Amino acid sequence: MLSSLLKNSRFTFSAVLLLIVVLVGVIGPMIRTANPLFAVGGRYDRPDSKLWLGTDAIGNDVFLQLIHGIGNSLYIGLVAGVIATLIGVIIGLSAGYFGGLLDEILMGMTNVFITIPTIVILVLLSVTLNSRSTVLLGVIIGVTSWPWTARAVRAQAASLRSREHVDVARLSGISTPRILLGEILPYMASYVVMAFVLQMSSGILNEAGLSLLGLGPDNSISLGKLLQGALQGEALRTGAYWAILPPTLILALISFSLLMVQSSLDEYFNPRLRRNT
Amino acid sequence: MKPFTRYLLTKIAWYLLAFLAAAALNFFLPRLIPGNPVDQIVSGMGSGGTVSSASLQRIYATYIKEFGLDQPLIVQFGTYLNRLFHGDLGTSFANYPASVNSIVRAALPWSIALQLPAILIGWLIGNVLGAIAAYRGGVFDRTVFLGALGFSSIPYFSLAILLLYGFAVAWPILPSSGGYNFINSPSFTFGFFVDALQHYILPFLSLVLIVIGGQAVGMRSMAIYELGSDYVSYENSMGLGENRIIRGIFRNAMLPQITGLALAIGSLVGGALITEIVFSYPGIGTTLFTAIGQNDYPVIQGITILITLAVLGANFLVDLSYGFIDPRIRASQQGER
Repeated sequence: MLSSLLKNSRFTFSAVLLLIVVLVGVIGPMIRTANPLFAVGGRYDRPDSKLWLGTDAIGNDVFLQLIHGIGNSLYIGLVAGVIATLIGVIIGLSAGYFGGLLDEILMGMTNVFITIPTIVILVLLSVTLNSRSTVLLGVIIGVTSWPWTARAVRAQAASLRSREHVDVARLSGISTPRILLGEILPYMASYVVMAFVLQMSSGILNEAGLSLLGLGPDNSISLGKLLQGALQGEALRTGAYWAILPPTLILALISFSLLMVQSSLDEYFNPRLRRNT
Repeated sequence: MKPFTRYLLTKIAWYLLAFLAAAALNFFLPRLIPGNPVDQIVSGMGSGGTVSSASLQRIYATYIKEFGLDQPLIVQFGTYLNRLFHGDLGTSFANYPASVNSIVRAALPWSIALQLPAILIGWLIGNVLGAIAAYRGGVFDRTVFLGALGFSSIPYFSLAILLLYGFAVAWPILPSSGGYNFINSPSFTFGFFVDALQHYILPFLSLVLIVIGGQAVGMRSMAIYELGSDYVSYENSMGLGENRIIRGIFRNAMLPQITGLALAIGSLVGGALITEIVFSYPGIGTTLFTAIGQNDYPVIQGITILITLAVLGANFLVDLSYGFIDPRIRASQQGER
């Protein structure tokens, strides 16, 4: 499977880009362990051999913040993605497989949540909480973004449950949890992986959006908080491009490569979408 | 007509439920904080140093009066809903005694003027581009597709910051912030119009490029799907003109794209919150940003409920028009819900 995926140049290119960013975000903070929220210079010192990306508006090392910020943003995206996918799969699977009243109730709930814009719930939840850690932020984003996954998983589960192999399993007396895990879930695994990739991407962007609104994680750095600090500190208008362009570009890079990975996976799993591009 | 009436009624019921859920979130979430919620909010504002103690007391009194805080929570919720239905969003904390309505009214036209043209123009260009790319194929398709994919997958605030850096800092041909020059004041004069237009270009561009990208990608895949259908090969074999075939494909691939348009217009109020913040554009996003910084809870709540209403309204209209257009969808949606 992997070897044929790697032949897709779009997949390889974006996966390598992503891998580099992830490595920087994971290994970087292990090598440069200094506190990124500690002033080491003046306001907007230019980049030099010691401070690779200069300092920000309050004299913190931008490069150090960037590598810690990448790690934290990815972490928030991961937490949000795992939670959203988990809730989505559980709700979608139960609604689709069991059907009936349970389906009605769960899908009613899902449809109500889908129509309320995510940003509204995010803002309200974040305003309510006085302190927000990176984990908590990931959880908040995760619990607000499951409905799309739930709806899609439900559609798949509803069509899978009437397949022959599921009927056979049911007739041979296999317990329901084992049917769900062994006969239904594997057939939508590719779909769930793609949904997870999208959830992670939107989780990272949601964090950035919340941070730009002033609702980012406390006492820690993220790509969104870097952007917010730079925008509030008038980094662009004072010409301190080194403080604002790196997080902007890294966010674009992460979002771009995650979506590319998702769309090439989609093409891989749905041959109908393939066309010689 | 009878099944349609039933369809309509169930839809209305669901949207009402969604609105109630949103209003409940709006109302109850801040009250989940232990202790008297207003105490919490007001003391939080006091320690932030944004409001003087005399006005804190006035705010406190107003808040008690507005919501009847001595009443049980459920009665307060009723009061809140009642005010909402009368279009009253309450009184601002930070700009006391300004009403939230007046604050929103000042910001909303800027947001709409920025986004409505961006959505409409971007939608049109994106769809035409996507349909042509799908039909032509080859290098043109590849260029359009990759470009559109690039723009649609870049976060919109990243593009905004890049444009801002490119055209207002590195090559300073356009103003970098605000809706108009601060020495001006809004008026219906030619000078102000030119000034506002200059401030408009960059935020508009940052939004329209993203919309074009997203629409082109969507339209292209819909159109490729259409290309495989019988009527296209029939028209091709009949030797009909290229333009005519593209127009045919366009019309048939349009339905989902129209939904996209309606939903985009629905997300208009809250759609470019961050763009406005990046450009310090005087719309809803900047207002929300300021309100969050000042713990101005009534303004935050007013804006969130407004965003919700816009999105619910657009979704409802889409559902409604689908019910009219396509009886099959109506039937399947009755089953699906």
